[in-house]
Amino acid sequence: MRGPFVPLLLAVALVLSACGADPTPDPTDDDPTEGEATEDSATDADDAPEAGTSASDDDTAAEAEPVTVRLMTHDSFDVSTEVLDDFTAETGISIEVVPMGDAGTALNQAILTADQPQGDLLFGVDTTFFSRALDAGLFQSYRSDRLDAVPERYQLDPDHRLTPVDVGDVCLNYDIAWFEEAGIPVPDDLDDLLEEPYRGLLAVQNPATSSPGLAFLLATIDHFGESGYLDAWEALRDNDVLVTDGWTEAYYGEFTATSDGDRPIVVSYASSPPAEVFFADPPIDEPPTGVIGASCIRQIEFVGILETTEHAEEAQRVVDFMLSPAFQEDIPLTMFVFPVVEDAPLPEVFEEHAVLPEDPIEPDPQAIGDNREEWIDQWTRTVLR
Amino acid sequence: MSSRPTARPWTTAALLALPVAFLAVFFVNPVATIVATGLRPAGEFDLSAVWTVLQDPVVGRVAWFTLWQAVLSTALTLAIGLPGAYALSRLRFRGSAFLRAVVTVPFVLPTVVVAAAFLALLGPDSPVNGALSGLLGDGAPTVDLRRTVTAILIAHVFFNYAVVVRTVGGLWSLLDPRLEDAARVLGASRWRAFREVSLPLLRPAIASAAAIVFLFTFTSFGVVLILGGPGRATIEVEIHRATTQLLDLPLASVLALLQLIAVVAALTVYGRLQRRVGSQPLVASSVAARPVRTTGERIFVAANLAIMAVLLGAPLLVLVERSLALADGYGLAHYDALFRDTRDTILAVAPWEAVRNSIGFAIAATLVAVVVGGLAATAAVTGRGPITGLVDRALMVPLGTSAVTIGFGFLLALGRPPVDLRGSPWLVPIAQALIATPFVVRTLLPVLRAIDQRLREAAATLGATPRRVWQEVDLPIVGRALLVAAGFSFAIAVGEFGATVFVARAQFPTMPVAIFRLLGRPGVTNFGQAMAMSTILMVVTASAILLIDRLRVGQVGRF
Amino acid sequence: MLRVDDLTVLYDDHVAVDDLSLTADDGEVLCVLGPSGCGKSTLLRAIAGLVPTAGGTIELDGQILDGQRPDQRRVGLMFQDNALFPHRNVADNVGFGPRMQGVDRRETHDRVQDALHLVDLAGTDDRAIASLSGGEQQRVALARSIAAQPRLLMLDEPLGSLDRALRDRLLTDLPPLLRSLGTTVVYVTHDQDEALALADRIAVMRAGRIAQVGVPDELWQQPRTDFVARFLGLDPILDAEVTDGVATTALGPLPVPGLPDGSVRVVLLLHALRLTDPLQPVRPDEVAIDGEVAGRRFAGDHLRVRVRTRAGLEVSVPVWRGHGPQPGAPVTVALATDAIHPLATAADVQATGATRQ
Repeated sequence: MRGPFVPLLLAVALVLSACGADPTPDPTDDDPTEGEATEDSATDADDAPEAGTSASDDDTAAEAEPVTVRLMTHDSFDVSTEVLDDFTAETGISIEVVPMGDAGTALNQAILTADQPQGDLLFGVDTTFFSRALDAGLFQSYRSDRLDAVPERYQLDPDHRLTPVDVGDVCLNYDIAWFEEAGIPVPDDLDDLLEEPYRGLLAVQNPATSSPGLAFLLATIDHFGESGYLDAWEALRDNDVLVTDGWTEAYYGEFTATSDGDRPIVVSYASSPPAEVFFADPPIDEPPTGVIGASCIRQIEFVGILETTEHAEEAQRVVDFMLSPAFQEDIPLTMFVFPVVEDAPLPEVFEEHAVLPEDPIEPDPQAIGDNREEWIDQWTRTVLR
Repeated sequence: MSSRPTARPWTTAALLALPVAFLAVFFVNPVATIVATGLRPAGEFDLSAVWTVLQDPVVGRVAWFTLWQAVLSTALTLAIGLPGAYALSRLRFRGSAFLRAVVTVPFVLPTVVVAAAFLALLGPDSPVNGALSGLLGDGAPTVDLRRTVTAILIAHVFFNYAVVVRTVGGLWSLLDPRLEDAARVLGASRWRAFREVSLPLLRPAIASAAAIVFLFTFTSFGVVLILGGPGRATIEVEIHRATTQLLDLPLASVLALLQLIAVVAALTVYGRLQRRVGSQPLVASSVAARPVRTTGERIFVAANLAIMAVLLGAPLLVLVERSLALADGYGLAHYDALFRDTRDTILAVAPWEAVRNSIGFAIAATLVAVVVGGLAATAAVTGRGPITGLVDRALMVPLGTSAVTIGFGFLLALGRPPVDLRGSPWLVPIAQALIATPFVVRTLLPVLRAIDQRLREAAATLGATPRRVWQEVDLPIVGRALLVAAGFSFAIAVGEFGATVFVARAQFPTMPVAIFRLLGRPGVTNFGQAMAMSTILMVVTASAILLIDRLRVGQVGRF
Repeated sequence: MLRVDDLTVLYDDHVAVDDLSLTADDGEVLCVLGPSGCGKSTLLRAIAGLVPTAGGTIELDGQILDGQRPDQRRVGLMFQDNALFPHRNVADNVGFGPRMQGVDRRETHDRVQDALHLVDLAGTDDRAIASLSGGEQQRVALARSIAAQPRLLMLDEPLGSLDRALRDRLLTDLPPLLRSLGTTVVYVTHDQDEALALADRIAVMRAGRIAQVGVPDELWQQPRTDFVARFLGLDPILDAEVTDGVATTALGPLPVPGLPDGSVRVVLLLHALRLTDPLQPVRPDEVAIDGEVAGRRFAGDHLRVRVRTRAGLEVSVPVWRGHGPQPGAPVTVALATDAIHPLATAADVQATGATRQ
């Protein structure tokens, strides 16, 4: 009778004894309600890089109790620790970043948890999800004064619920060395890709699962027209286009310039060539890859303040901050996209190697919102099934 | 003569309280919430979506593909894994302990990382094709398995080999070897002795392994997407797409229900196979394992080692190779860059920090899983009635449930007042423990059942208090299995990514998170660092399991 | 007939069976007697083909078994602790051998019934193994071995874990049963009572080798070595210095006609000693040793009296009738001189290789 009962005791004993030696980062700081907990989490965030920022920590702590604003975003959001710390030091507002998966996942999470949100702002709504985000009524209006420095064509929401922060182009990248060696001319535009010489050269992402994949699909719809894009894709399929699930699989799995793959053309970003230079070791002078300008389609990323926030004031400061020179200048080398503020200086590697085409395809977010599922569905039936 | 203790109902209830509560709060509640939300788009249940979805021929095709690839993957994994389990649990040879730890490594690696290695090994430039063209000249056929079902099956075996080796091997290493000897002396061939004696005795463990592999492959996501190509989709993929991209919750809910029905059906079959086999004569693992002596055994071991080398070793080696490959030869530059941590941004993860977070979460998850699973297993052994078996099977359902369903369920269900658990670091080990707990139960159950009650009684008459009885009798016998279970839980937690992604906060990036971040941006050195981080993940996992395997509880296995 | 020649079995680096030779005639019951760890179980496993041999040959009925798989050898082995299949009932356990041999169902059934009948377990066919008592399990294991109709039946300490009454009963039942089978039997035990009760011949085994083989009487009358004598329970063993047919020992001078001069070790065989009346002279073929009673122990059917001799040596003497003398009483022990048996010296042992260090 007692025999069977003792495993319970052991189990409990095991837990108790092991808890003492548990090297788990102490999770006591997690009461989500505001107040003292926020200070803890702010400190944690600062600790992360563990690179001599402790002095400034002490300074801020000595001042007023900082308010923490939670910024929901996708997993690719990044910013220099220094820029973030300066903002906190200046304003007393600390930003807790809450990554929530890829862009679509993050937005959908925000929509589903609208009445019990996990943050005060959402960053990372892009052109393709723009209308879904607005339709969900997630955001409150705020027009930052700094928008004056942002070109009109990026300000897609007249009510300023979504504020543009960065732009990036999804473009076809090609392997310069491969084309030189093969003696085939680099394709000029999307039409070329349907031709025989380019058979088996292109890798794209599934628009149903990948943001650049969807962008490229939109580029083809823009280029071939709503009535012609499916025929074009059929031709692409017959020309042995390769479809991968996501950007990583295409870029690091199939692209000749960066993997063992056999595809010299891949859907990637206009900023990929400078990134190749920036991250090269040993350093290189010229990127190994180039961009096919005519294929580029512009994606704008937005930030919005949630309707439900209790820190509207502070959240507005965060939006201002994201349009500030410090943040805007930080964007290229942290997120590898371009600042929306027109005169923001670009780092050298971007100046030299990045191409942001003058005349990219600029899709209409409303049309995307209305047709996205239909287009993806048609595409899936044409290309995959 | 029954040697099985039977607990009073309240004892069973007390034992089951925690597992049931755990399951209710962290699984049933979130999943029910998200499914109900999906089926109630306008505040009222709208079942028309069910019909619409079920009538879609694409859904039927996806469901059928999901099912048959899972069945085939499971059969293949068993066919290849069982000989491996035998070699690693019954035969003693130099390095067998090390191998037992190493075979677990694939299990923890992120799919994206492994897929990169597989694409290299299965593509036209693979060593296989190199050998073929070397042998046959230019006219040699080129084997290109990328984006085929074959690639999916191979990858599923790669990932799940360890499940069979550890689940079945755990029991096998305790089976009295004289039973097979007796059969042999009575005229049974080696194969016949295995089939007539060991196989039936191993049936619960094999059923467990098969159920787990089936559930894993049934809900396969990354492998199918990356290796199978976008043309193939499992129900899991469709749920993911419907939830994260289309925000079509009715569709996602119907698919989740479909998945649930299939999983419950599979677990019912599994429950049948679990029928109690009678008390098993278990011995210390050191007795059961014999040194390799005959030529036949040497060939057998060599064949299994070859399979492990090709199937598990080659992809892992490719990863290591790539972490060392530089523009001009080989070197440690990627590791160096990883540790120099030159970029001071919030996404940059210091490798030690990632290692520390991963290990911390994994230890916490292991503890949760061992406690919840240990209680459930104890209740299942001592309790009466169908409820105990039901709990055992219920604990396995999360394995067969979409990570997206659970993750979004967490968001909706655990954010309600009074406590908003979302974003709590504790949610990470809890999500991981949901996956790890079934392993603990499956590993402990057969061993707990095998303990002879007379041993407990003997200890009690010798003056041992109940606590001492546990310490002196149960623990030494269960200890081994407990450690095996803990090791596996640890591995699961270290590598878990699917559910964690929904609950992990930026403050505590883990190794898989670090790998994903590195892989998410262009640049040769980022890829190299991702491979270096993957190699570190492999080393940490193998070391941890080796360490846990080496631990001794009580006297078992000391000689 | 079983013939084992120069058999060697290695376990890792350890020599478990060392250049061992042995024969068992058709229908003979050969007991292998030895302390635990002497390699007797390994010997059986080697004959059964369950462990690979490192040298030597095993021959059964003129056929070399080496290289054959266990299932091809048709030898039966009843395991220590039985190794019954827990997932099969009694009949399925017993019928396992015939089934493996491809015997048809009817004959299998008959053989099962015969075997169960032999071990007095008829009617237990459908019972689960776990529901049997220890003795019943033992008999099922025996029935299982028998039903396979092996050419050679080997039993490994089959009575090891049974209670005394059951063991005594089986010791009575087993010999006629084994003989009725007509099969050659190799029976391994560490218990000399079992060996005496069952064996046609006994092989005493030590450290992987046979120390001595013989019919029981021969062993007890002519133990070859110190080890054999001790293992058979003979006592005392004395170092002696022989000069002109007289041995100087701790019991005093003893006549040992025929023994050459020099150092020798001798053992007193069973019944060498008896208590006599101190006043009565001993018989001519006896030597009188005086001492006093140091203690007594009741051994069921007789009394064992410990006598401390004048020289300070203690010997144990049986008293078959009466109450025997009380402790402290002076007694005379009569020692039959023909029961003084010389043992092989260490040098002899080395030379003949009968034992190993």
